[in-house]
Amino acid sequence: MSAHHDVLVVGAGPAGTQVAVGLVTAGITGSIAVLGSEPGLPYERPPLSKAYLVGEVPEDTLPLRSAAYWLKSPIELHSSTTVEWLDPALHAIRTTDGREFTYGSLVWAAGCRPRVLPVPGADLSGVLGLRTLDDARWLRGKLGPDSQVVVIGGGYIGLEVAASATKLGASVTVLEAQDRVLARVAGAELSTFVTDRHRAAGVRIELNATVTEIVGDGKRCTGVRLANGETLPADVVVVGIGVVPNVEPVAAAGADAPNGLLVDVHGRTTLPDVLAAGDCALMGTDGLRLESIPNAAAHAKAVIATLTGEPRPGAEVPWFWSNQYDLRLKTAGVLAGYDATVVRGDPATGRFAVVYLAGNVVVAVDTVNSPKDFTQAKQLIGLDVRGMIEALTDPTVDLKEVARQGVTV
Amino acid sequence: MTSIIQFRIPTGEVRKVDAADGETVMRAALSQDIPGIVGECGGELTCATCHVHVTPEWFDQLEPASGDEEDMLEVLDDRTEHSRLCCQIRITPDLDGIEVAVPEH
Repeated sequence: MSAHHDVLVVGAGPAGTQVAVGLVTAGITGSIAVLGSEPGLPYERPPLSKAYLVGEVPEDTLPLRSAAYWLKSPIELHSSTTVEWLDPALHAIRTTDGREFTYGSLVWAAGCRPRVLPVPGADLSGVLGLRTLDDARWLRGKLGPDSQVVVIGGGYIGLEVAASATKLGASVTVLEAQDRVLARVAGAELSTFVTDRHRAAGVRIELNATVTEIVGDGKRCTGVRLANGETLPADVVVVGIGVVPNVEPVAAAGADAPNGLLVDVHGRTTLPDVLAAGDCALMGTDGLRLESIPNAAAHAKAVIATLTGEPRPGAEVPWFWSNQYDLRLKTAGVLAGYDATVVRGDPATGRFAVVYLAGNVVVAVDTVNSPKDFTQAKQLIGLDVRGMIEALTDPTVDLKEVARQGVTV
Repeated sequence: MTSIIQFRIPTGEVRKVDAADGETVMRAALSQDIPGIVGECGGELTCATCHVHVTPEWFDQLEPASGDEEDMLEVLDDRTEHSRLCCQIRITPDLDGIEVAVPEH
């Protein structure tokens, strides 16, 4: 006997939760269930590498909605429930513990999991990728003045962990395989600025570093060995080298999944009545899968509109943020295909922005401790700003003024 | 301990919500689906989607906004002198009955 739901949401992260909650708010009358693979209530992930990790916010502030909300909500929440099989013809799924559910519409929002470092010793105790509250809880218990932390991967997660661990007094080394940190998501100017800030805080950053092995005592990790022969002592190794979308059951059922589940602007996968949202979904034609809370929210809105028959919401400019030490980094737009950068303001002041251009068109803007520029930068994305480079470099000229004169392409 | 938060939503209606001590006004709003409170960044002072106008008599009882919150408030078009991001307002017994208005978007 299988339970039937008009809308079955797989994944209880921000995308899945917002779809379910948003459908209820929209007044949908059918039955809704959310299946989440983790125990407990759906929660916020962003603080796991920052405020929660350093102990500034307690665990009970993390749930996206309170226990009371779920008790009175018509949404059926199944935690500790992982889906392993999908039959799109039968409109049925099966969980790893053998339960079956059928659906009218399926919304796949199962997120991603950390990529595992492909070297010997990656499975030792003390080595982890930070994704879940469980991971963060464990890490929080380990970080302190006596801990020696090696972070593998100089992306946002790795650098946030490095900043938090440093704040807790740990000695921290960041190993980055490329010649600069944030290579995938930021330009060289920001990479240099962020690297300097970490080094000033006492973090050792090694670029062009190749990890060959995580060494241990047979059970726990004790160090990280590099290709140059050096072994860095470590009782905690945090691996932040990217994520892998959790889409195997849907891909196995025949969905087009080149890099996450391909969805159209309505959130529909290539399987009938199967939609997808969040980190595991690839929306758009540029092949870029975005991993962010704002992207999860935008996908959720598209899916809700599709399921309720409302008009599709307008496209939003993607944005991203990261907090490290006293730095508030925010990006508007997606950093792809740029061929020039314009620095706005003086990085030495700790407040500046970098505008990324493809030809004369703004594709993205990075801002550091400049919320006003960030807010206005969203209006600049996609505009031709030829002849206005001088204005862009002048922090006394508002970006919205540049945007007003820019030409939509 | 719980306290009451009163949300005035753009239609003029006032909705009363129970909030536990220590809970933020943003969380309490989300748990009751108060329209206009999104809280997208989860309280990391990044998105400003939990902006409220606090009624003046309550505004003065709040801890002042931090520099980071001020930076975010500064860029809001509908900022007033009583604007706050309600993810930064943590409920205490002294705030029982606090009234905030959700701006029209």
